[in-house]
Amino acid sequence: MIDISNMYKIYKMGENEVTALNNINLHIGAHEFVSIVGPSGSGKSTLMNMLGCLDVPTSGTYILDGQEVSKLNDDMLAEIRNNKIGFIFQRFNLLQKLSALENVELPLIYQGVGSREARERAIESLEDLGLEDRMHHRPSELSGGQQQRVAIARALVTKPPVILADEPTGALDSKTGKEVMGILKNLHSKGNTIILITHDNSLAIQAKRMIRISDGQITEDKEVAK
Amino acid sequence: MKFLQAYRMAIKAILANKGRSFLTMLGVIIGVASVIVAVAFAQGSTASVTSSLSSLGTNLINISITGRDSNRNVSYADLVKFQQENSSIIESVAPQAGSSGVVKSGNKSRTTSILGTTPEYADINSITVQSGRFLLQFDVDYNQRVAVVGTAVVNDIFNRANPIGKTIKIMGQQFKVVGVLTETANGQDSSNDDRILIPINVAAKLSKSAVIRNFSVKATSADTVNSAVDALNTFLTKIYSSSKAFRVTNMAQVLSTLNSITGVMTMVLAGIAAISLVVGGIGIMNIMLVSVTERTREIGIRKAIGAKKRNILVQFLIEALVVTGIGGIMGVLIGVGIIKFVLGGLKLVPVVYSVKWIILSFGISLATGVIFGIYPANKAANLNPIDALMYE
Repeated sequence: MIDISNMYKIYKMGENEVTALNNINLHIGAHEFVSIVGPSGSGKSTLMNMLGCLDVPTSGTYILDGQEVSKLNDDMLAEIRNNKIGFIFQRFNLLQKLSALENVELPLIYQGVGSREARERAIESLEDLGLEDRMHHRPSELSGGQQQRVAIARALVTKPPVILADEPTGALDSKTGKEVMGILKNLHSKGNTIILITHDNSLAIQAKRMIRISDGQITEDKEVAK
Repeated sequence: MKFLQAYRMAIKAILANKGRSFLTMLGVIIGVASVIVAVAFAQGSTASVTSSLSSLGTNLINISITGRDSNRNVSYADLVKFQQENSSIIESVAPQAGSSGVVKSGNKSRTTSILGTTPEYADINSITVQSGRFLLQFDVDYNQRVAVVGTAVVNDIFNRANPIGKTIKIMGQQFKVVGVLTETANGQDSSNDDRILIPINVAAKLSKSAVIRNFSVKATSADTVNSAVDALNTFLTKIYSSSKAFRVTNMAQVLSTLNSITGVMTMVLAGIAAISLVVGGIGIMNIMLVSVTERTREIGIRKAIGAKKRNILVQFLIEALVVTGIGGIMGVLIGVGIIKFVLGGLKLVPVVYSVKWIILSFGISLATGVIFGIYPANKAANLNPIDALMYE
């Protein structure tokens, strides 16, 4: 599913060069549940941007779902994000002016799916997450947990091969956090590939495989013992 | 992404910020309305001037002798002879010996314009009488002291009573009133209603001058006007051996000069009004730039979930187009309303709607939206999704 080899990301800060990713080699197979853990400044966010096709590496290759994506231009990256990645963000990142339903429709509209089909699929996705009563509410009228479930519905509506969750419980209380983790585990059990990015060890060990990153390098990559 | 979906998205964004959207539109509304009103005003004035000029007849040619060479002269008889030789292009000629003088009836007197002429003058200048009769060839041939008077004179010295058959003293000489000119200017002072027409020979005696300096000439049709003007110029140049001693003018020429002047006036007025459209456009750009900054996070989210540059560009451009489009329509309605109720109510000029300019100014308002929307839209489209997502 994901094959990264010899990936470097080097930022120029004035005269200095900062190596955010230092020779990353990583393989993630289909149907895996992987957590990437590390403190802030470890390169974890940079790696997440690479995995999410929000940015391109300075060198190295990244093959996602059989396609080399490290050299694509902005619009091609947008298309890859649209079709292959479902994002779940710490701060939900819903559009405040749109209803839950319209938020979930949006990735389909950018895919070019017709209005009626987009609506049907968005409703289906929201129903899967138990939000059928909240479809016409705006994000500001929903609780944090409900907002994150809308965001998950939006991530799943395109049926992407990879779900990328960046600190999905970071803005939630521990009870709703557990619920969201439960949803992710359930998605994994249904066969989705999930990558969880977190700084929290207790979350990271809930995945099947844990990758620890520090100073831009992978320092640990192990199966989580149950 | 389909156009209809992008359009719905734009409408949502506009409705989300109603107050601001309206203020943005205001610039366009004022711009479009002022272009339409300015053009209507200019064209209304043009129409009123043109119609009063063309009522004088475009076949009309005026000759005025300006040179003061006493040895050479063109007489009425010379011109009549010339007319008969060129009857295919010139229909008739009338002399105009004008002066200003005092007229009296009973104890009332008035200074008015006294014009000596012949019966042809009526036809050449499209003049009619509202009562009585015009001058006859008989009056001219037999030096009859008869006068056709304008309504301003009637109103003043005859107290609006029917003057036909009454006597009037013109510069001390007794005349009989035989007709009243049809009123053309509400009987205003110094207008065409404020004059007296008498036979040319009588007028020459009255002013003790045999030299006639002005003639009215009628061409056979609008098509022969130019050749008639040319023929008259050649004829008069032979007599005076200089083209500076006389002037041959034609109403069509005056009209076309006037049209080009009023055309420029229309352009100037519309141009000034169009500046407010440009200012409105800059307002749109300003608000949109603010809106792009405010919505950076939204743009980041849209890009993260798969919006391409083109999607964002189109979204912001459609927003600009919808704002200017609605503003344009409102501007057209307000402009037409002002023309109908304000210009129409004041009755300063005839009400003229120029469909061409209404469409044009609406088109310009849409173009303003595209031109001034493209920079902010492009800025939005080129935002980096990572930076945009981090934006607070």
